[in-house]
Amino acid sequence: MELYELTIHELHEKLKKREVSSVEATRAFLDRIESVDPRVNAFITVTADEALKAAEEADRRIAAGETTILTGIPVALKDIFLTQGVRTTCASRILDTFIPPYDATSWVKLKERGAVLVGKLNQDEFAMGSSCESSAFGPTRNPWNLECIPGGSSGGSAAAIAAREATATLGTDTGGSIRQPASHCGCVGLKPTYGRVSRYGVIAYASSLDQVGPMTRDVADCAIMLGAVAGYDPLDSTSIDRPVPDYTASLGPEVTGLKIGLPKEYFIAGLDPDVKKTLDAAIDTYKRLGAEFVEISLPHTDYAVATYYLIATAEASSNLARYDGVRFGHRAKEAAGLIDMFARSRAEGFGAEVKRRIMLGTYALSSGYYDAYYLKAQRVRTLIMHDFLQAFATVDVILTPVAPTPAFRIGEKVNDPLQMYLSDIFTIPVNLAGTCGISVPAGMSGDGLPIGLQLVGRPFGEEAILRAAYAFEQATEWHKQKAQL
Amino acid sequence: MKFQPVIGLEVHVQLLTNTKIFCGCSTKFGASPNSQTCPVCLGLPGALPVLNRKVVEFAIRAGLATNCTIAEKSVFARKNYFYPDLPKGYQISQYELPICTAGHLDIEGEWGTKRIGITRIHMEEDAGKLVHGDVPGLGSGSGVDLNRACTPLLEVVSEPDLRSADEAVAYLRKLHQIVVYLGICDGNMEEGSFRCDANVSVMPVGSTTFGTRAEIKNVNSFRFVKQAIEYEIERQIDLIEEGGKVVQETRLFDPNSGMTRSMRGKEEAHDYRYFPDPDLVPLVISPDWVEEVELSLPELPDLKRKRYQEELELPAYDAEVLTASRELAEYFEACLALYPQAKPLANWVMGEVTRGLNDSGLAITACPVTPQRLAELLKLIDAGTISGKIAKTVFDEMWQTGQEPAKIVADKGLVQVSDTGEIERIIDEVMAANQGQVEEFRGGKEKVFGFFVGQVMRASKGKANPALVNELLLKKLKG
Repeated sequence: MELYELTIHELHEKLKKREVSSVEATRAFLDRIESVDPRVNAFITVTADEALKAAEEADRRIAAGETTILTGIPVALKDIFLTQGVRTTCASRILDTFIPPYDATSWVKLKERGAVLVGKLNQDEFAMGSSCESSAFGPTRNPWNLECIPGGSSGGSAAAIAAREATATLGTDTGGSIRQPASHCGCVGLKPTYGRVSRYGVIAYASSLDQVGPMTRDVADCAIMLGAVAGYDPLDSTSIDRPVPDYTASLGPEVTGLKIGLPKEYFIAGLDPDVKKTLDAAIDTYKRLGAEFVEISLPHTDYAVATYYLIATAEASSNLARYDGVRFGHRAKEAAGLIDMFARSRAEGFGAEVKRRIMLGTYALSSGYYDAYYLKAQRVRTLIMHDFLQAFATVDVILTPVAPTPAFRIGEKVNDPLQMYLSDIFTIPVNLAGTCGISVPAGMSGDGLPIGLQLVGRPFGEEAILRAAYAFEQATEWHKQKAQL
Repeated sequence: MKFQPVIGLEVHVQLLTNTKIFCGCSTKFGASPNSQTCPVCLGLPGALPVLNRKVVEFAIRAGLATNCTIAEKSVFARKNYFYPDLPKGYQISQYELPICTAGHLDIEGEWGTKRIGITRIHMEEDAGKLVHGDVPGLGSGSGVDLNRACTPLLEVVSEPDLRSADEAVAYLRKLHQIVVYLGICDGNMEEGSFRCDANVSVMPVGSTTFGTRAEIKNVNSFRFVKQAIEYEIERQIDLIEEGGKVVQETRLFDPNSGMTRSMRGKEEAHDYRYFPDPDLVPLVISPDWVEEVELSLPELPDLKRKRYQEELELPAYDAEVLTASRELAEYFEACLALYPQAKPLANWVMGEVTRGLNDSGLAITACPVTPQRLAELLKLIDAGTISGKIAKTVFDEMWQTGQEPAKIVADKGLVQVSDTGEIERIIDEVMAANQGQVEEFRGGKEKVFGFFVGQVMRASKGKANPALVNELLLKKLKG
């Protein structure tokens, strides 16, 4: 078996036993990237030299017996994570030459554990999108079908796993940006509870919704990665000071007596038949494993997408104000005065979707509209949060589709933003509620595209959804399917 | 028609914390451009603010000292606008839920005592600074220095309760005195540590509806505040009397001309699109913390002044002067602990000490004559060792050398002569040398008595005990 086919826990065993070195594993991934990435376009930047240096260091640590589960493991990061000395673009022209002077906390944590960075991954520009098509560096393609989108915004992070270009990756999820691409690319993706992982050094899209999470080959790897990046960070006031459990230890095949909620608002007529079939089969599997199902209601689901597009765009309009051409990033060459410099730099630097969302958000916050839009959206958000808390009074986890359809074709929805926005309809409520959700491979469409299922947990209930996902994974073969490239 | 001015002030108070409000960078003034910066205050992508606890404590201090209610929950908000000195494109401030509300200050003047409402006090970060002209490393042009970015400020907003420029200045002085007393601001107006915007309008006397207001920016001294407000009142009255209308606008005060000029009108006013900052959780302040801060507050000037008058029985003027600054009051009180006679002490502090400071340009905290030494000196006078006049000579010597007064008196032989025999001998000599004047005195011209006192003191090199000189001289002259 090729080294790039291994999961974290498999590669870790080989590294620990000194059967392979980190340098060999890293080379295997770098070669793999060279051979497949021209077709997939999962990477914006490949850090080959730095990776090999880090791998050598990891090998020294392994030789010295200072091995963590991540020592010497080749990983890649969505290009939204700041990496000191390594260009970080957020897939935007406005940052295409930005070399950060500091590291994101989550990357610091992986690095401290000895992980090796092989590169920075493509995404929708500023994480705004569901298809990876808004990147200034061209779309990422779905390794299962190069004519299809990989999902977004962490499309590169998902595609890199599916194409075996990294053992594990980190993405960010504001409205589904980890779970939806994980579903479309047949990998595992977890959005932790808001505050579980530090946002420091992660380029902000919508601060009250953004959350860092792992994208991996299987659930065990997901638990390993989450355990590494989770925890309080004094540099992020919104991170929560709460002990990090041993997520790996919580994994087991048992789900007997687990109460799973099925929200009636999510199982509506018109759901894609392949998605419906996948969910039905998954429910049968869980029943066979001894779980109980309860129909629940999340009554404000219908308002989630509208609420999200008010809050997220409002925050984004402010978060993206710093890209003004003054101190870093793109500055327009020809400008008549200060205001013109701001306007031109931003006009040239931002893509269409980013501009659309800045305008929406600016409007939502404007004097005279604030109460009707932003404030009302915040109230609805509270109701949605309440929906989930109420549901969790009776169930342990909630099972839903991740996306209404399997991956669509590149170009299919670019001219229809509303259709594009609706592809996050099942993931957005979880962000608004601030709780956690995981996507695990659960089926295949008639066209051979992966389909995931989503398990939603209580706030800080990551252990419960990981355990439920692990039991499902152990009982099925979906995570062993492989994209043919 | 007679007009009534209506004035409200917004004061920015720069806080004396060692580090900035949302990061650990130093707040020290005068460092080389951009040397006191980090990803947070540079507004780099991915950086997040973390609130400095000291800033909150200082805000609570200010709130308590101005009789405000301290909010149990307050919220930081973003004020969005584009400017090169604003690295994030928004300023973190407080908007709907500030930390302090509904306070007041009492101001005294020709109007008696008047209570001025304080609408709110909120915390916010300062912006950076633009440097124009010769920019080091850039040649000519404009540069951005972000050392000041993220420096903590309080904004203190008054109610429109002020009715004249003098009231405005009195309020401003009072607020200035309080924040300096509290130790939360250095009060340096030149460096911008305490700066003020004034909202000014006029309405016909008797009216209850305020006129349209203009906001005057950039008034950075007490004198300019008075000038700017007076100019603006006059401008608005003239405008109305000529049939014009005051428009809502922001005006800039020009200290050179003493005039205000329009900066931007209502149409160009920014829509700041305030909203709660999602990077900072709501600030919750426990009643225990407020109590703890309250217990740590120093005695404030109003109470101190009252105590000086009532307990120390000092005249109102003395109490006012001695409490003008916390440092002066502390000096006075340190002396008083060693020399508990308030009035003579007050005379010395307000006289010789203040004069010495003015002449040398020193601050009271750097006064070369320590409270210990000053107390020793006054005790020498009371003991009759030296006269009050000689004491001034000794004081000057102490100022120069920092020596103990007793040593100076001994070294220079300045001990007062209270030996009657010695004084009588001098008197005899003086009288012998001035027979004509003796005759004049005895002939009824008592004015020449002063002449004899002067002669005797001179002959004793100032050391003769003046009371004894008077007594003995009178006896001898009358024969």
